[in-house]
Amino acid sequence: MTQKKNIAKNRLLPKSPTGISGLDEITGGGLPKGRPTLVCGSAGCGKSMLGVEFLVRGALQFNEPGVLMTFEELPEDVVKNARSLGFDIDDLVAKKKLFLDYVRVERNEIQETGEYDLEGIFVRLNYAIEAVGAKRVVLDTIESLFTGLTNAAILRAELRRLFSWLKEKGVTAIITGEKGDGMLTRNGLEEYVSDCVIMLDHRVIDQVSTRRLRVVKYRGSTHGTNEYPFLINENGFSVLPISSLGLAHDVSSERISSGVPRLDLMLGGKGFYRGSSILVSGTAGTGKSSLGAYFVDAASRRGERCLYFAFEESPQQVIRNMRSIGLNLEPWTRKGLLRFQASRPTLYGLETHLAVMHKQVKDFKPQVVVIDPISNLVNTGSPNEVRSMLLRLVDFLKSRQITAFFTSLSSPDMKNLEQTDVGISSIMDTWLLLRDIELGGERNRGLYVLKSRGMAHSNQIREFVLSDHGIDIRDVYIGPEGVLTGSMRLAQEARERAQKIARDLDIESKQRQLTRKRAALEAQIAALKAEFEGEEAEIARVLSQENQLVQQVQIDEVAMARSRQADKVMDRRNGH
Amino acid sequence: MKAKTKRAARKTSPGANLNAAGLHYDLRLYVAGQTPKSLAAFANLKELCELHLAGKYRIEVIDLVKKPQLARDDQVIAIPTLVRRLPQPIRKIIGDLCDTRRTLIGLDLSDQAGP
Repeated sequence: MTQKKNIAKNRLLPKSPTGISGLDEITGGGLPKGRPTLVCGSAGCGKSMLGVEFLVRGALQFNEPGVLMTFEELPEDVVKNARSLGFDIDDLVAKKKLFLDYVRVERNEIQETGEYDLEGIFVRLNYAIEAVGAKRVVLDTIESLFTGLTNAAILRAELRRLFSWLKEKGVTAIITGEKGDGMLTRNGLEEYVSDCVIMLDHRVIDQVSTRRLRVVKYRGSTHGTNEYPFLINENGFSVLPISSLGLAHDVSSERISSGVPRLDLMLGGKGFYRGSSILVSGTAGTGKSSLGAYFVDAASRRGERCLYFAFEESPQQVIRNMRSIGLNLEPWTRKGLLRFQASRPTLYGLETHLAVMHKQVKDFKPQVVVIDPISNLVNTGSPNEVRSMLLRLVDFLKSRQITAFFTSLSSPDMKNLEQTDVGISSIMDTWLLLRDIELGGERNRGLYVLKSRGMAHSNQIREFVLSDHGIDIRDVYIGPEGVLTGSMRLAQEARERAQKIARDLDIESKQRQLTRKRAALEAQIAALKAEFEGEEAEIARVLSQENQLVQQVQIDEVAMARSRQADKVMDRRNGH
Repeated sequence: MKAKTKRAARKTSPGANLNAAGLHYDLRLYVAGQTPKSLAAFANLKELCELHLAGKYRIEVIDLVKKPQLARDDQVIAIPTLVRRLPQPIRKIIGDLCDTRRTLIGLDLSDQAGP
């Protein structure tokens, strides 16, 4: 949708790309094409380098030959300085891609009398532009004319004429100017060059220098307005836009293991998101680096490439220490899956660190980056600078779908434990907090997930145990006596176990008792039954005796009657 | 006038060249086209030379419109520029040379500047 718009926009204000990484992003495509741009700053801030790189990149990348007119630096010095950035000026001059002209203005050599103009410079510029067909011109630093010539009125008029002449020529020009008191340049060049003004700055804070660039104005175009740190290194100029990414990077819903199964469980059961940023903060010795090492180990097992920035320990030390918790990282370094980049935080300024990281990441192309610890970088800059640097680092890594694992040492002050990292926590997706729990005369480690964007995570504190078998995460004891860890937890657990055993025994004995009672009862029942049976048999016997007796009586009666010959009885017996 | 601004416009008196003191003056006037300032400079220079250096000077007028590369070689920035190439050291005077006193100082002829 915006493509059409962009084309229309570009037609309104054509831009000439500088080819300098970052600067084109800030200016939305480069410097105003066919117009002069003022680059101002104090001595040694890199104005000339910017100009030279603009020309060299123009010649090499955009096929736009250029003219460099220096007023202070000798051509030999320009060539030498450019070589330190890897540019071969001599070669470009020989190929007619670049034209060097050194203008020497020496006050004591020149006597002024009467009216004059600077047509000489016009002639020289014109000659140079035509010699190579230049599209780009750099005047470095034209202000030195003011020290060489006394008639400022003429100079001002001529500079005004020069800049409009440059516009007429249609060349994209950079005019450098020394920073002045209360003004952008010492002689107010900004009055004449009003299309685009870029200010460079070189500040030293705590013996660490940082270069910064700001687009002061850019007529007819939107531009980044912040101060952007920049570097001049062996690859030339590079500006690092703080927030150029605009949070537009792709997100992955792929989950990767933290290397600690129990921690994965705490993180919604699946671990971290790929491409997310993870912060582990905690006091000294809480196992931050160990978590990092586990994460690296897990990634290496998956065959991913890991880059480990160590700011406290040497690679060998990290490997040795991790071996003590049963983790051998050495095979991964041998296989080339794991690369350590160890340096002291104070070795360079923050921006150089950032640039080094950029370079390493671009070279090594890792899937996982560990920075251990970021808190050490705080020493090299103000919290704000560290924050902005980390923000850019996180953005950079996210744009490449690299999962970033940061550790941060918090102050031991419990109240501040969470506050110390507030500055950076907002740019982190997942924040694990490791803390000491001091109880019963010992310190134990507690781990909890402070936040984890985009997943249901555990809200519980777990005990974090480091042993020679590695990391183990256990539930803490939560009971009437509060949260218990370590031996207190073990003691409590033992107590509970004992109670349970006692209870079990009790139940068992009661059950036995019951069984016994039942047996006794059954025995009683059996006895009663036997007694009853005995009595029953006796009664039956008595009854049968009685019957026999009755029969005997009858038999006897019959026998008696017979013996008396009683007919009646006989009849009664035989009759029917 | 047009002829005079050419390089051929020399004013060298055959008899008075190169004496032992090196008082021969080799002067170059850089102009860019026939602008009023250039014309004025040439006129002023000629008058001054005739007055103070009669017979021992040479003026070469270089039109940078025609020979732009010379501007770089001779480090010319302003127009008009008068360069004293001889005697050494090289001196540069810029402007239309209307101030004779300053011009003479610039040419290192200040002893002749005073009355």
